[in-house]
Amino acid sequence: MRDAPGPSASSLLRLEKCTMRFGGLMAVSELDLNLDTNELVGLIGPNGAGKTTAFNLITGVYPPTEGEVFFCGQPLRKQKPHQITARGIARTFQNIRLFSSLSVFDNVRVAFQLHQRSGFLQSLLRGPAFHRTERQVEQEVMEVLEIFRLGRFRHTLARNLPYGDQRRLEIVRALATKPKLLLLDEPAAGMNPTEKVQLMGLIQFIKEKFDISVLLVEHDMQVVMGICQRVAVLDHGIKIAQGTPEEVRRDPKVIEAYLGDKHQDKQRRA
Amino acid sequence: MPARSHFLLLAALLVSFVLDRFASQLNPYYLDICTNVGINIILAVSLNLINGFTGQFSLGHAGFMAVGAYTSASVTMFLGPHLPLGMGGPLLFLPALLAGGAMAALAGLMVGVPSLRLTGDYLAIVTLGFGEIIRVIFRNMESVGGSLGLQGIPDYTTPFWTFSFAALTIYVVSSLVNSTYGRGFIAVHDDEVAASAMGINPTKYKIIAFIVGAFFAGVAGGIYGHFKLSIDPKGFDFVKSIEIVVMVILGGMGNNVGVVLAAILLTLLPEFLRTMAGWSLPNPFGSHSVSLRWIAETRMIIYSLLIVVLMLVRPQGLFTLSLGRHRKKEGP
Repeated sequence: MRDAPGPSASSLLRLEKCTMRFGGLMAVSELDLNLDTNELVGLIGPNGAGKTTAFNLITGVYPPTEGEVFFCGQPLRKQKPHQITARGIARTFQNIRLFSSLSVFDNVRVAFQLHQRSGFLQSLLRGPAFHRTERQVEQEVMEVLEIFRLGRFRHTLARNLPYGDQRRLEIVRALATKPKLLLLDEPAAGMNPTEKVQLMGLIQFIKEKFDISVLLVEHDMQVVMGICQRVAVLDHGIKIAQGTPEEVRRDPKVIEAYLGDKHQDKQRRA
Repeated sequence: MPARSHFLLLAALLVSFVLDRFASQLNPYYLDICTNVGINIILAVSLNLINGFTGQFSLGHAGFMAVGAYTSASVTMFLGPHLPLGMGGPLLFLPALLAGGAMAALAGLMVGVPSLRLTGDYLAIVTLGFGEIIRVIFRNMESVGGSLGLQGIPDYTTPFWTFSFAALTIYVVSSLVNSTYGRGFIAVHDDEVAASAMGINPTKYKIIAFIVGAFFAGVAGGIYGHFKLSIDPKGFDFVKSIEIVVMVILGGMGNNVGVVLAAILLTLLPEFLRTMAGWSLPNPFGSHSVSLRWIAETRMIIYSLLIVVLMLVRPQGLFTLSLGRHRKKEGP
């Protein structure tokens, strides 16, 4: 466990004592988190534990009140979300946020513009270079859509996709930005047990195929325990446990956070 | 490899050139209507980039138009006579239009930057206020005639310039939007947070939309000024802005074909109602024919009612052909 602050050779993402306060509410308190290259880490906790806030700190939606986020050894302070994406952190959203009036194809194509695109003038003049870039992007979009078996939906408007496919499309779109780190915010939300099993396979597959690290925020213990190499548990904005899924599962603090603690209840009454 | 859009643009330029040759033989009344149609197409399509594609509800388009109209009129009126022989005259028209567009683009940048923190209704109010400020500034500028406005603007507008710029506006807006670069506009419109998570800088796209949209509104203002031959601040009030917004909404936000058709329709409709008033219908119950003169008196009411009805019947826009932004673009 290399969660202590301090540089680590293979450290990809590092949160150092990150605190986020909304007025009087301490959403995340002095969170330390470390993620290595090609690692799959889960961030779990009951409702309102601060998981999504932690995500928003990493992706620059909120600047941390205190503390610092490092990515590839570089601090992310004062970086806008789009700049952080350009550095190699892609994310999905808890409540699906696709470009609903664009087709499946265009949803992914928009994400590709981060790395391959014609400039303003090129788009107006439409010379050979412009068409070459466009064709190349189209080809890459199709490739990635085929990998995730979404190719046949390419003309469908994103909002008309079935729910599970919308979730998958959001992951594909995030991958199209060619990230080093993929943040998944409750990807299993609203899925049935069969879909959850498929999702676990999909996440494993993505990690291997695209050779990236994954930070998974999840509510669903089955998914997290099934695929994560390491797990950190948040409760009321504080990290209460971390370790392998097995360790975390047996940790009394975690059991207490999720199920409540009988003993403590008795002690309080006494 | 020249694209299909290049040919379309070329064809449009050719048509406007040919139309220009025959302009002298046309009924001047029809020619006037044609020019109005052209100007409204430029205004509506350029606003469509801001309101429709990028989703930034702007009510300041008449303000940008005013900036362009006053700038280009100033160039031809005050600068024209001082230029050496051969430099002035109609040759000055294109530079004057571009100057008008550039000044309007600058105004677009000025209104775009502070409005970036606002969306929806709040942005609409700020842009509305901006348009009014522009108007008040021109009303108080004695050098451009104050509230009387500028008179005696040279008559440089020809169908060629009007329709060339209309074609160019359509070309620029649709080329921008139909590119990997330009889909950022629609992404910002659909979901700003998701767009920035995809590495799209929403600020940049909004500002570009305002600058490009304002540029063409400025050009339209220049064409308008050299067509009406006199401009005054009253002509650029927020009613004008709303007229353009109605064209965009009626045509279908983010649907260039629909917006062009709506611009044509809404320009022709009042004129058509005026013409209709001259007609008389045979009366089956008597010898006197029924006059339709009442239409002339109530034509603005009919016009407004028609808009209300159209909005009720087709809230998604008049023309949702499969040619708009929902077009199923063929992948490889």
